[in-house]
Amino acid sequence: MLDLVWLIPALPLMGFLVVLLFGRKLGDPRSGYFATAMVALSFAVTVGVYLDLMSLTADERTGHVQRLFSWIPAGALQVDLAFLADPLSLTMCLFVTGIGSLIHLYAVGYMHGDPRFSKFFLYLNLFAFSMLMLVLGSNMLVTFLGWEGVGTCSYLLIAFWHEKESAATAGKKAFITNRVGDWGFMMAMFIAFWAVGSLDYSVVNGGAAGMSTTTATAIALFCFVGACGKSAQLPLYLWLPDAMEGPTPVSALIHAATMVTAGVYLMVRINPLLGAADSYAPTIIAIVGAATALFAATIAVAQNDIKKVLAYSTISQLGYMFLAVGSGAYVAAIFHMVTHAFFKALLFLGAGSVIHGMHHQQDMRFMGALRKLMPITAITFIVGWLAIAGVPPFAGFWSKDEILLFAYDKSPILYAVGLITALLTAYYMTRQVIMVFFGKARWHDAHEEHNAHGDLTPHESPPTMVLPLVVLAGLSIVGGIIQLPSWSWIPSNLTHRLEGWLEPIVHANEHELTTSAHDLSGILALVAIACALAGITAAFLIYAKHKAKPIEPQILADGWGYDRAVSWAMGKPGRQAFDGIAWADANIIDGAVNGSGSLVTGAARQFRKVQSGNVRNYAAAIGCGVVLLLLWFVVGRALL
Amino acid sequence: MELFVFVVAAAMVLGGAVGVILRSHPVHAALSLVLTLFGVAVLFVAQEANFLAAVQVIVYSGAIVVLFLFVIMLLGVDKVEDLKIEPFKIQRPAAVAVGAGLLSLISLAILVSRDATPPTVVPSDAVQAALDGAHDSNIRAIARDVFGDHVLAFELTSVLLVIAVVATVLLARKPRKGEKT
Amino acid sequence: MTAAVAVTTTWYLLLAAMLFVIGVVGVMVRRNPLILFMCIELMLNAVNLTFVALARRMGDIGGQSTVFFVMVVAAAEVVVGLGIIVAILRRKPGATTDDLSELKG
Repeated sequence: MLDLVWLIPALPLMGFLVVLLFGRKLGDPRSGYFATAMVALSFAVTVGVYLDLMSLTADERTGHVQRLFSWIPAGALQVDLAFLADPLSLTMCLFVTGIGSLIHLYAVGYMHGDPRFSKFFLYLNLFAFSMLMLVLGSNMLVTFLGWEGVGTCSYLLIAFWHEKESAATAGKKAFITNRVGDWGFMMAMFIAFWAVGSLDYSVVNGGAAGMSTTTATAIALFCFVGACGKSAQLPLYLWLPDAMEGPTPVSALIHAATMVTAGVYLMVRINPLLGAADSYAPTIIAIVGAATALFAATIAVAQNDIKKVLAYSTISQLGYMFLAVGSGAYVAAIFHMVTHAFFKALLFLGAGSVIHGMHHQQDMRFMGALRKLMPITAITFIVGWLAIAGVPPFAGFWSKDEILLFAYDKSPILYAVGLITALLTAYYMTRQVIMVFFGKARWHDAHEEHNAHGDLTPHESPPTMVLPLVVLAGLSIVGGIIQLPSWSWIPSNLTHRLEGWLEPIVHANEHELTTSAHDLSGILALVAIACALAGITAAFLIYAKHKAKPIEPQILADGWGYDRAVSWAMGKPGRQAFDGIAWADANIIDGAVNGSGSLVTGAARQFRKVQSGNVRNYAAAIGCGVVLLLLWFVVGRALL
Repeated sequence: MELFVFVVAAAMVLGGAVGVILRSHPVHAALSLVLTLFGVAVLFVAQEANFLAAVQVIVYSGAIVVLFLFVIMLLGVDKVEDLKIEPFKIQRPAAVAVGAGLLSLISLAILVSRDATPPTVVPSDAVQAALDGAHDSNIRAIARDVFGDHVLAFELTSVLLVIAVVATVLLARKPRKGEKT
Repeated sequence: MTAAVAVTTTWYLLLAAMLFVIGVVGVMVRRNPLILFMCIELMLNAVNLTFVALARRMGDIGGQSTVFFVMVVAAAEVVVGLGIIVAILRRKPGATTDDLSELKG
């Protein structure tokens, strides 16, 4: 089954081509089911490859490269289109195809009735293909191909309802901000090629020990710039909240589970370089991650749009993953990525279900008491809430706890930041659950405000939408089992399974917990649980029992004014810089080109004057030539 | 004796040449040309190139100059040219420079190599036989050479002459009525 | 009186050189097309003289046959050249070489 690795991205690609050619004919919902089937088949192949890999011993699991063809044979630069099937890439593939197929199924119900139904699935399959190329690539260029592909699909899907001005703008913003990150990735590729002469991960990672620390640091930090763009960290996060303009399945797939995790994947993939870099490089990554986590969590507290809360929550959780990477806890980062994919996709799909049921009302202030009218959505959403808040035994608790443990080992300050963020996470998620599903029903207020007609009573969603919710809820409950910590009351053959699986990739650079941290792990876990419960209680008191005023200052709702600051910077000084560069291009570069042209013309005009048309002048010229020739002969023959 | 012949012939040659370039009337210039050509013929005889001297007189001064005179008369180009006018200022100084340069360089080459021994040329048997002969040895030798070693060139020149004649007839005919140039 | 000075090949060559130079100067200075042609004939004759002098010096009859061919070609050239001049001057009577400047660049 290992040779069928190429099928994993090929199936969504085929889906893309078929829907491209026949989508309109297949129509709603057959094109959707076809696209879902392709991704589901891809998942089946992934499971097959996974079982194949599981049957090998740990040492044999790395280095399976399936080379399709030589893509760029250009002298020193030899790049193949090749897939690397090792534990890390397969882990990514499993949840990309698994959650991807669930979301495809959900989208069949969600997008029902949309005039461009088949085009949606076209883009979704293209996205799946790109993401799989990204994670399966055996060299940086194939990853970059997927990287750019997911960026493009993100743009296409965010701006799917492009008649809406805000959606089109959001798409552009996402693409352009990602581009800044892409520049970082490209620089990393250039440096890597210059340093080791190849873009293959095996060569780059293998040569990490031989590189100078400066080179390794440079590559690692440039890759991190790319990761910041793709995974929405400070300062390049500002596209993600706006990306909520896209349909909810898009938000669930791209901006929760898959594309935004590409940055974390890249950093884990190049972990030997991070290990060989100067010690300040992982620290920078950890600090940025922690800062982003706290920053986004504070903003989420004051958001009223159901999707925006989840968007900032995603940024915050991604911050956790980078905190883990920076602390040397690569396994914990991947663990949190997987569990986050489960519960964030669940939360987004649940939010989509609510929006669908509320006839596209997204403001939480006009929701409330929906648990009776949308029971399954409510229950699954509550499961997701408990998972993200970090309440045991749900998946989120185990992964977040592991990250906090390693953060504590790295620096108590980072641990404190992580802890506060955990508290805020519990707080704002509880706020959201209460505002949406409990309390007084407030949708009539919106009804009267907007003079809408027809029955606005919310209803439960169709089975195609509810089934994925249930599956994801189940995964959110049991997902923690893949990496249980080594506590005394857990049987040892169940602990650290992900770590064992990923060991060939990260064993050299995975940070070993100091014994003090190891001993404290139980206490730290209890502290984490206490914070989660504190956050939940606080939100409950404020929003359910109305014991205190809600703290939602305007500055948090505006995102600390960051967006406005960036717009101003780009608009005023930025614009002047761009105008200056444009002027330089038009006048200096074009001027040089045009100038050489006019120089030639001017010279030619002068030379034209030799051609007077007069025989006698020509005779004179010939005469002079003859004299010179004779002179040369005479002198040359040494007669003079 | 040879010296006397040489000096006289040289005077004719150079006098005629100067006359060609300095006379303003075309007919006078043509007559000066005849003088030059005749001087050259005399020099040919002095160098025992009898056949060529004959051809020079017959073809050059007998046919070519006559042709020139015909054209002058035909076209009425006998208006006197004013030698004082020169539209291009550079032309006269350039002429002086080129002339002086050429003369000095060629003379230099000639004078420096006057004592050099020329490479020995062995004439072919036929030519040698002709040269050992009697008073018409020169023409015999030339005949042996032209029709022996260079017969192809001879044939080609005859073709050339035919072409020249045809071309000139075509060039110089008057356009018929109703026909464009 | 007998001349003690012998007329060597060098004298002939120098004479030919002078004739040639006069021809060149004439081509550059005269404006009448027919006289221009005559100056070209002067140059050809200078070359003929050179050939004959050197043929005698080197004992090679080939020099003289070359002169023969030069004369033939000169004749053909004169014929064609005069035909051209006739053709031009018939259209523009009284033209000089300076007026025939259609090839001006």
